Amino acid sequence: MAKKVAFLQGNEAAAQGALYAGCKFFAGYPITPSTEVAEVLSAELPKIGGKFIQMEDEIAAMAAVIGGSLAGSKALTATSGPGLSLKQELIGYACIAETPVVIVNVMRGGPSTGMPTGPSQSDVMSAKWGTHGDHPAICLVPASVQELFEETVRAFNLAEKYRTPVMVMPDEIVAHMRERIVFPEPGELEVIDRTAPSVPPEQYKPYDTKFGDVPPLAAFGSGYRFHVTGLNKMDDGFPTTKAAVVQAEEERQVRKVDANIDDIVKFEEYMLDDAEVAVVAFGSTSRSARFAVNEARKQGIKAGLFRIKTFWPFPEKQIKALSSKVKALITPEMNLGMCTVEVRRCAEGKAPVHGIFRVDGEPINPGQILDKIKEVK
Amino acid sequence: MAFDYDKYIRPGKLPHIWCPGCGHGIVMKGLIRAIDTLGLEKNNTAIVSGIGCASRLPGYLDFCTLHTAHGRAAAFATGVKMARPEMNVICVGGDGDGTAIGGNHFIHACRRNINMTYIVMNNNIYGMTGGQFSPCTPTGAKASTTPYGNPDPAFDVAKLAIGAGATFVARGTAYHATQIDKLIVEAVQHKGFSVVEILDDCPTTYGRRNKFKSVIEMMNRLKDIAVPVKAAEKMTPEQLQGKIITGVLFKEERPEYTAEYAKVIERAKGGK
Ligand SMILES: Cc1ncc(C[n+]2csc(CCOP(=O)(O)OP(=O)(O)O)c2C)c(N)n1
Ligand code: SF4
Ligand SMILES: [Mg+2]
Repeated sequence: MAKKVAFLQGNEAAAQGALYAGCKFFAGYPITPSTEVAEVLSAELPKIGGKFIQMEDEIAAMAAVIGGSLAGSKALTATSGPGLSLKQELIGYACIAETPVVIVNVMRGGPSTGMPTGPSQSDVMSAKWGTHGDHPAICLVPASVQELFEETVRAFNLAEKYRTPVMVMPDEIVAHMRERIVFPEPGELEVIDRTAPSVPPEQYKPYDTKFGDVPPLAAFGSGYRFHVTGLNKMDDGFPTTKAAVVQAEEERQVRKVDANIDDIVKFEEYMLDDAEVAVVAFGSTSRSARFAVNEARKQGIKAGLFRIKTFWPFPEKQIKALSSKVKALITPEMNLGMCTVEVRRCAEGKAPVHGIFRVDGEPINPGQILDKIKEVK
Repeated sequence: MAFDYDKYIRPGKLPHIWCPGCGHGIVMKGLIRAIDTLGLEKNNTAIVSGIGCASRLPGYLDFCTLHTAHGRAAAFATGVKMARPEMNVICVGGDGDGTAIGGNHFIHACRRNINMTYIVMNNNIYGMTGGQFSPCTPTGAKASTTPYGNPDPAFDVAKLAIGAGATFVARGTAYHATQIDKLIVEAVQHKGFSVVEILDDCPTTYGRRNKFKSVIEMMNRLKDIAVPVKAAEKMTPEQLQGKIITGVLFKEERPEYTAEYAKVIERAKGGK
C-alpha cells in the first residue's frame, strides 16, 4: 500500500509527529510562530481521547505538561522565544524531578518581543543555559518538514528514555514552510515509552538507582504513590541536603545525557570526505549551506557541509575531528555567533572558524555562504 | 478512641519543619481528618503544593504528592487532573504562594471551575523566607520589608476566589480547628473548583514583629475576629469592621471543566 503523502507546514508536522509518538496531552499558550502546533492538537487530541488545554501563560503550560506527564501521559508544549524564557524555571523542575516532557520552541528574533514573525536561531543557548543550575540538555534542530516530524517523534523517545525534558527547535522558516511529507507507517519509526516499575508499589522509589541512571517512572493514579519535589532529592523522592547524596544525584542527572551522547547526537556529513572548507550549519541555514557547497563544488572548490541535527549535546567529537581535517570552518547562523562559539571551542584552534551572522529577520542566502567559502578556501 | 493520624502520615517523614506554634500543622490535621471522613483512596489522591512553609505539607502525607515550584501548584494540578480526571486533587499552599506569584494560576483555576480543592493557609506573611510582606499582610503591619509599616492594601482571598469564579468558597481559622475538616469535606464533595482559606499564624516571623506576646495571643485574635456566616447576617457593616466571616461563604453549581472537556472529546470523536 502506498504511504500517505501530504503537503504540510512544519508546525503541523511537529503536531503530527507528536501524535505518532503517542502524545496524549498538550498544554500551551499562543505565540507566533508556534501557534499552529497548538491549533492542530486542539483538533486532533480529543479525537483520540487525548487532552488539550490552553493555559493562562507559558509558565502554567509548562507546569501542566509536567503534571500531565507525572500522571502518565506523554506531554507536549509549544512556544517561541518569550514563552521559552517564561518556561525556564519549570524546565529546570522537569530536569531535577526527571519528568519526560517535550517542548517545541520555534525560534524567532529576540531578545524580548524582538521580531515575532522573523526567523532566528538565537534560542540555542537558552536551550542549554536558560534554566539555572547544572542539568542535562537535549535540543534537536530539524531542517525540513519531514525532519521536524521525525525529530519530534525522536524527542518523545529521548524524553521517555532518559526521563528528562527535550526541546525541538525549528527556526521560523522550517516551522512555517510547506513541504511534501511522507508519513511513516505505524511501527515504522521506533516509539519508546518510559520504563514502568518492575517492583510492587510498596517497594517503589521514583529515583532508585538500583535500576541504573534512569530509574523507572510510575504514574500518579496507577496504584503507585510517591513524592515529587524540585528540591535535591534522595532515591525515594524526598528532599535532602546530604552532601554526598546531592553530589551523586546531580552528577547522575547530567550523566544520563553525557554517557549516552552517541545515542542522542545525530548529524549529517555531506561531501566532507575530501573537503578543505567545511560549513557547519543547522536548521534552514543548512539548506542554504548545502546549496552553497554544491555551487562551490561546481566551481572546483572542495567544500562540504556538516549539518548539526542535535544541537545539545553538541557534536563535540565530530567537530573536533573535522577541524583537524579541513583548512577552515564556516558557521552561518541567524544569531550573532552562538554555534560559532561552540565550534570554536571544539576546533581548539586547529582550524579557523569564520562566522556569518544575520539577525535582521532575513535568512542567510547561499550567495553569502558561497562568497565566504571562496574567501577562506 | 483517639483519632489515628498515623494512618495517613508517611512513615519516617516526621518531624515536620514547622516552628512550635505554627498554624500549618493544625491545618494538616484538619485535612487528614477530612480525608478520613471522605474515605479518599490514597493511590487515587494527589496532593499538590507550591513552595513555602505551608507547601511542605504534602511530603508528610502518604498520597501521590507533588511539591512543585513557588506559586505553580494550581497549574501542575490542572495537568494532573486533566490527564486523570478520576483522581481527587487537593492543592495546599501559603498566602504568598497562592495569591502573589501564583495569583494568575489561582484565578484561572477558579474561572475554569476544574474539580479540585485549593486550601490557602493564610498566615499573612512570607514565612519561609523570613517574614517579608505578602499580598495578604494587613496595611500598616510590620514585615521584614515594611520596617515603616506596610503601605500595601491586602487581598481578601475568599472574595478574590469568588470574583474569579470559584464555585465553592469557605473560610476557617486555625483556632476553630474542628471546623477545618468540615469545611474541607464539603469543599472536596463539591463538584468544581473549591477554595478553603484557613487563617492561621506565623509566630516566628509575623507575631514577633507585630507585638503579639505569644502564640496564644495570636490564636485568641483569630477567635475574636471570626464571625460565623449566620451571625454576620444579623450584623451591621460597622459591627463587622475588623472581623472576618467564617463558614461556607459561597456555593453555586456551574459546569465543571473536566466534564466539559469530556464533551469536547465526544464532539471531536463524532466529527462535530
Ligand atoms: C520563584 C521563586 N521566588 C521566590 C522564592 C522564595 N520563596 C520561597 S517561599 C516564599 C514565600 C512563601 O510564603 P507563603 O506562600 O505565604 O508560605 P509560608 O511560608 O508563609 O507558609 C518565597 C518568597 C522561590 N522559592 N521561588
Ligand atoms: S516560619 Fe512561620 S510559617 Fe514557617 S514554620 Fe515557622 S511559624 Fe510556620
Ligand atoms: Mg504565608
